[in-house]
Amino acid sequence: MTAVNTLELSRDTRRERVRLLLPSGPGFAVVLLLLILPVGWLFLLSLVDGAGHLSLVNYERLLQPLYIRTFISTLEISAIVTGACVLLGFPVAYLLSQLPPWLGSLGMIFVLIPFWTSVLVRTYAWLVLLQRRGLVNNLLLQIGLITEPLQLVYNMTGTIIGMTHVLLPFLILPLYSSMRAINGDYMRAAANCGAGPTKAFWGIFMPLCTPGLTSGVILVFVLCMGFYVTPSLLGGGKVSMWSMQIESNIALYSNWGAASALGVLLLVVTLLLLWGVRRLLGADRVYGDA
Amino acid sequence: MTTTITMTPASISETAVTRPKLLIRNLHKHYGSYRALDDVSLDVRDGEFLALLGPSGSGKTTLLMTLAGFTRPDSGSILMDGQELVRTPPHRRNIGMVFQNYALFPHMTVGQNVAYPLKLRKMARPEISRLVAAALHMVQLGHVEERRIDALSGGQRQRVALARAMVFEPGMLLMDEPLSALDKKLREHMQIELRALHRRLGVTTIYVTHDQREALTMADRIAVINHGKVAQLDTPRMLYERPRSKFVADFIGESSFLPVDVSDGGASLYGVPLHLAEPVRAGHGPHFLVLRPEKVDLAAGPAAGLNVIEGALLDVVYQGDSVILQVRLPDGSTLAVRQPARQDLLAATPEPGQALRLALHPEDTVIVGDAA
Repeated sequence: MTAVNTLELSRDTRRERVRLLLPSGPGFAVVLLLLILPVGWLFLLSLVDGAGHLSLVNYERLLQPLYIRTFISTLEISAIVTGACVLLGFPVAYLLSQLPPWLGSLGMIFVLIPFWTSVLVRTYAWLVLLQRRGLVNNLLLQIGLITEPLQLVYNMTGTIIGMTHVLLPFLILPLYSSMRAINGDYMRAAANCGAGPTKAFWGIFMPLCTPGLTSGVILVFVLCMGFYVTPSLLGGGKVSMWSMQIESNIALYSNWGAASALGVLLLVVTLLLLWGVRRLLGADRVYGDA
Repeated sequence: MTTTITMTPASISETAVTRPKLLIRNLHKHYGSYRALDDVSLDVRDGEFLALLGPSGSGKTTLLMTLAGFTRPDSGSILMDGQELVRTPPHRRNIGMVFQNYALFPHMTVGQNVAYPLKLRKMARPEISRLVAAALHMVQLGHVEERRIDALSGGQRQRVALARAMVFEPGMLLMDEPLSALDKKLREHMQIELRALHRRLGVTTIYVTHDQREALTMADRIAVINHGKVAQLDTPRMLYERPRSKFVADFIGESSFLPVDVSDGGASLYGVPLHLAEPVRAGHGPHFLVLRPEKVDLAAGPAAGLNVIEGALLDVVYQGDSVILQVRLPDGSTLAVRQPARQDLLAATPEPGQALRLALHPEDTVIVGDAA
């Protein structure tokens, strides 16, 4: 009697486990088919030379000055854009987190509206605004701040403006939610302990919102490293980013091996970066709760 | 308390009158049309444990937040040791506070939390570690100094919060329902412990609670707050024995109220004049006789000098430590009478349906007005 019962009960447990796994099956299949396999295939391609022999020639090419310069400028742009996002996004997130919840949510909708608009549309919008006879230059000329139109687009400036705008919500979102999670009593307790507003901010508020800030910075930086559309349109060929080298290797030279090597390097650098930040801040704090 | 012991509340010695630590004068705070503080004036004595007791929304927390400096009043004055605090920012008030959720900084260890007020005061490192160790020792938590906050139990957090609020020797200690998150047993234990700690350190303490038993257990004096006003400020015993309004009598302890007619300092119930220990301070509106279940006795024989109320027994409810008699009064209202569950009294308990006479000692005969 007991034996029969045990068998059935354990079968029920197994069945429940299968039922739990089953719905995620299609998702796993898609990831496997569309991500793991192609990336693996690219990795293999990067290890093969033009004649089809196993070689490291694609990686040797990355040591050419062109690629080193591109790599450095990609890091540079990513760092500048991330910095600009922090400088612009932090006060916004702070303000929204201090407002009453309904007003904060309303503010977040305004932050998110551009986020829901196509990147391409937003990039072209910046082209219109920033061009030689665009809205920004006209305005500056009219109020007499400048006498000659500024070169705001088809260069580094335009690229950084456009990328910062596109990526800003990625910083504000996690930062806002981690600031929102900070109980007001912590700040009151800090004041009660004798901390003035500045000391309470740096001693209590900053450490408590650091996990959100870190997630935002990582998101923005990683997205910057692989960004293509905005820099290629607003850079006007004067800005060279890693992603654009990948594109030209495929579109111009059909060199899949070289493009793959570039892709693999980008992936490795990104993963190293994530690992470094996690090491620096403690693994649980980067993705953990506030 | 049993009804056989006669008490003389008027002669209860008050806590030794000392100089006031805190003078609160005419504090007002409105939120729209809602009056959170409506002309609150209060004196707090040096070294006193004062409880602010009131229902939720009464304004007791607003008063505490105003003292701590987190809520700015519309008008009024707060004098601590003769110094005006009402415009002083919270970080310069030198008042310690234990928050309801403790608000211990999660990114710091226990020791760092307690050291934080001292670091802000730019104390020397050895001095800080000495004081932190002493403060944690005081709350019997010397062994958890290196621990993270999330590794502590609720009771331990409560003590760490207390250590942090006390370590910088504040002029005054505020507590905002600090025990409400603990389970009943731990809460009762902490009540006794906090009381003992207060006796030992003698720091003036203002303690917000909505739990009347907690206030009665811990406080030297209790300020009952209602609708943003101090309804009554008194010792626990005076509050219970001599409530000055129907609200206070109703809020503290169990009571039944019987309408009485008041004239010339006297009062009569169902047309019969009552024996009173002191004349009634008549106010506006209707007046009531306060009947506490344990103050009423069954009158066996003649009851000279006592107030007698006739009634009929409805039901007898056995509660282990006591017996509740449900009595129907001539006007149709019901009254609860508590008797100790002693065998002699149990044996003498009448049957439901029987008529009985209730006796109330003049000292326990309290008349209150409806207005606060």
